[in-house]
Amino acid sequence: MQTPFDEMNALAAQSQSQVQGGSRQASGPGVRAHYEAYARWLAEQPESLMRERREQAELIFRRVGITFAVYGDKDSGEGTERLIPFDLIPRVIPAAEWTSMQAGLAQRVTALNRFIHDVYHGQEILKAGIVPADEILNNAQFRPEMMGVDVPGGVYSHIAGVDIVRAGHADGSGQYYVLEDNLRVPSGVSYMLENRKMMMRLFPELFVQHRIAPVAHYPDLLLDTLRSVAPPGVSDPTVVVLTPGMYNSAYFEHAFLAQQMGVELVEGQDLFVDGGFVYMRTTRGPRRVDVIYRRLDDDFLDPKVFRADSQLGCAGLVDAYKAGKVTLSNAIGTGIADDKSIYPYVPKMIEFYLGEKPILQNVPTYVCRDKDDLAYTLAHLSELVVKEVHGAGGYGMLVGPAATKAEVEAFRAQLIANPSNYIAQPTLSLSTCPTFVESGIAPRHIDLRPFVLSGDTVRMVPGGLTRVALKAGSLVVNSSQGGGTKDTWVLED
Amino acid sequence: MLSRTADHLFWFSRYIERAENTARMLDIAYQTSLQPQSAEASEQSWRSLVSISELNSLYGTKYPAINGRSVMAFMVADEANASSIYNCLRAARENARAVRGSLTTEVWETMNQTWLEFCKLLREGALTRDPSALFEWVKYRSHLSRGVTVGTMLQDEAFHFLRIGSFLERADNTARLLDVKFYRHEGDTSTDPDAARDFYYWSAVLRSVSGFEIYRKVYSNVIQPDKVAELLILRPDMPRSLSHCVTRMLANLRRVANPQSGETLRRVGRLEAELAFGRIDEILATGLHPFLDGFLAEVGDLGAGISRDFLVPSTSDTP
Repeated sequence: MQTPFDEMNALAAQSQSQVQGGSRQASGPGVRAHYEAYARWLAEQPESLMRERREQAELIFRRVGITFAVYGDKDSGEGTERLIPFDLIPRVIPAAEWTSMQAGLAQRVTALNRFIHDVYHGQEILKAGIVPADEILNNAQFRPEMMGVDVPGGVYSHIAGVDIVRAGHADGSGQYYVLEDNLRVPSGVSYMLENRKMMMRLFPELFVQHRIAPVAHYPDLLLDTLRSVAPPGVSDPTVVVLTPGMYNSAYFEHAFLAQQMGVELVEGQDLFVDGGFVYMRTTRGPRRVDVIYRRLDDDFLDPKVFRADSQLGCAGLVDAYKAGKVTLSNAIGTGIADDKSIYPYVPKMIEFYLGEKPILQNVPTYVCRDKDDLAYTLAHLSELVVKEVHGAGGYGMLVGPAATKAEVEAFRAQLIANPSNYIAQPTLSLSTCPTFVESGIAPRHIDLRPFVLSGDTVRMVPGGLTRVALKAGSLVVNSSQGGGTKDTWVLED
Repeated sequence: MLSRTADHLFWFSRYIERAENTARMLDIAYQTSLQPQSAEASEQSWRSLVSISELNSLYGTKYPAINGRSVMAFMVADEANASSIYNCLRAARENARAVRGSLTTEVWETMNQTWLEFCKLLREGALTRDPSALFEWVKYRSHLSRGVTVGTMLQDEAFHFLRIGSFLERADNTARLLDVKFYRHEGDTSTDPDAARDFYYWSAVLRSVSGFEIYRKVYSNVIQPDKVAELLILRPDMPRSLSHCVTRMLANLRRVANPQSGETLRRVGRLEAELAFGRIDEILATGLHPFLDGFLAEVGDLGAGISRDFLVPSTSDTP
């Protein structure tokens, strides 16, 4: 196992046992330059103050109702709605790193949008043999309904969340990798915004000491982006946010974004299609809707086209959409580009569509349908993570270093029987960041989800949502499995 | 605004108002129970509370006898009782949460905190420790909710629907209170013509609608049932009277009028005129109970009319 890259302490690897003692150890000779001022400040804060602040944060989150829903529990006021744990120690990114990451994100998302357009039109990339045709045409995420459908500006994924991790090299340096693209309905941006508000409320002095790039204009950029992809000829488009309803786990975010943009938050039952156009039911009669920021999966959008049992969508929506009378954001069928089986081809897409070298790297991935990659994978099974391309949630996966010899051999047989069904990656050592846990300050693994907006231009706010695995040693940052979040600071030069 | 949004706003304010009125009536019943009285009178007083909300049969299936402790548990914390303060506050909060974007942050946070703190108070046993303090607290949170609504909301459609909900619910509650209290009294006076007891009875009714001091100020006279009725039905400046509630409903309805709402508006207008030009001796001559019965039916119709005109999407919208 490699040494995890610690975001704050360059020497953390050597002194990890000491770091767990308490806040004093957070500063020291190994602190990275962009963390220096923060570490100095942190060393001066008594632990009792940090505990107080954490309680304060929890109270405020509850009162504001920044919660996600949990089903099945009895409602005792706090039962069905949980807080996502918020960590007080920020993740800091220096300006230069962000500048390069931002360029890489814009490049990647632009290429992915070009790819989706191509898949549903000329399929040039398949003809060129860069992405195997059967990977697309036999993929459950491919939506034949979208063939030949033109969307405004040729943009499909208007809101993309790109999951980025940093892994340590043996020499102590770290490198960013894209772990996953989320091009359907990525969530979490409200936590990015609320975490920042909370930090400013709890520790205003830190914002005086540091030049931290603001993020609060995200809803403005989002509204601008959504308006820019309205159907042609609509000069003052009506934008709405479509939510599955208040029992959806991300309901807070839907309501929050609608409110921040000053647009209606609608449910499927509020919409209807008449004469080819989409309307919402208001107290003053029907009102036309031009752009729908939908927080609903493709499958539930229109019972006439997708799942017939969906109560969440609106009958006739897809016809209106295909006729160009309403814009769906994100478009239908974007899942074809963020599928695990497609991920390995993204660097080649960037070269194919943009003629550029990728700025952000993929995690090195061996595509087992490829002969050489299969040979390498078979030779290194005990070092690699092997995943089913359409699997999710860790099902059908081999974690080489953790597997017994018998498990490796059993998997080898499956792999040889159906190589196309698998990809393999080296076991990465995710970076860590000091985190305020019960025992004091200790390193915990983190990732980063920046949000990339694509309309008439590509926009984003500096940083993103940092998620942290709160259990020692855990790599799982999902909020459903004990993950928390941190504020993310991009420092200005 | 979205019809569904208007619907949630309307019910949000109705439920808050209902929680407040329930707390008011419980508080008075509790205060009264602290005074010397016969077991029969005490039971009657608690029973009338359950009757006001038309919950006698549900109560009967859950509690063997009528007494203060059980009625308070039933009306405050019982999850099986849709009208309990617990369920009213929960429903108010759920409705607010569904449209939190249409409320100001202050209105939403006030509601959310009310709910969280109420649950905490119940867990800590506030109802058994000091019922009066808990009722005060519910009233106070309703005042706060109303104040923050009036003090921070843009006076647009959302605001008007909130107000319509409040006044409709309050009119309904005051009418029910009058009906039960007068009905009981009418059947009771012959057996007990005790003037002092009368005083406590009617002053409790007045206090439950914050009307005791107002009565003194308006009439400068001893407390007489017909004047109590006049104050709570016809006084346009008494904030919990039927006349006041209907006037405010009409004013707010006018602001949101749409092509469908003509008939509803006409009926609120007619009701308003009846109250504005009505006389208490006429009402009493034809009978208070039939009058209030008619009023409650009319208020029920108005609620249905508002739903039809604004809240529930009309079927002609759907192809």
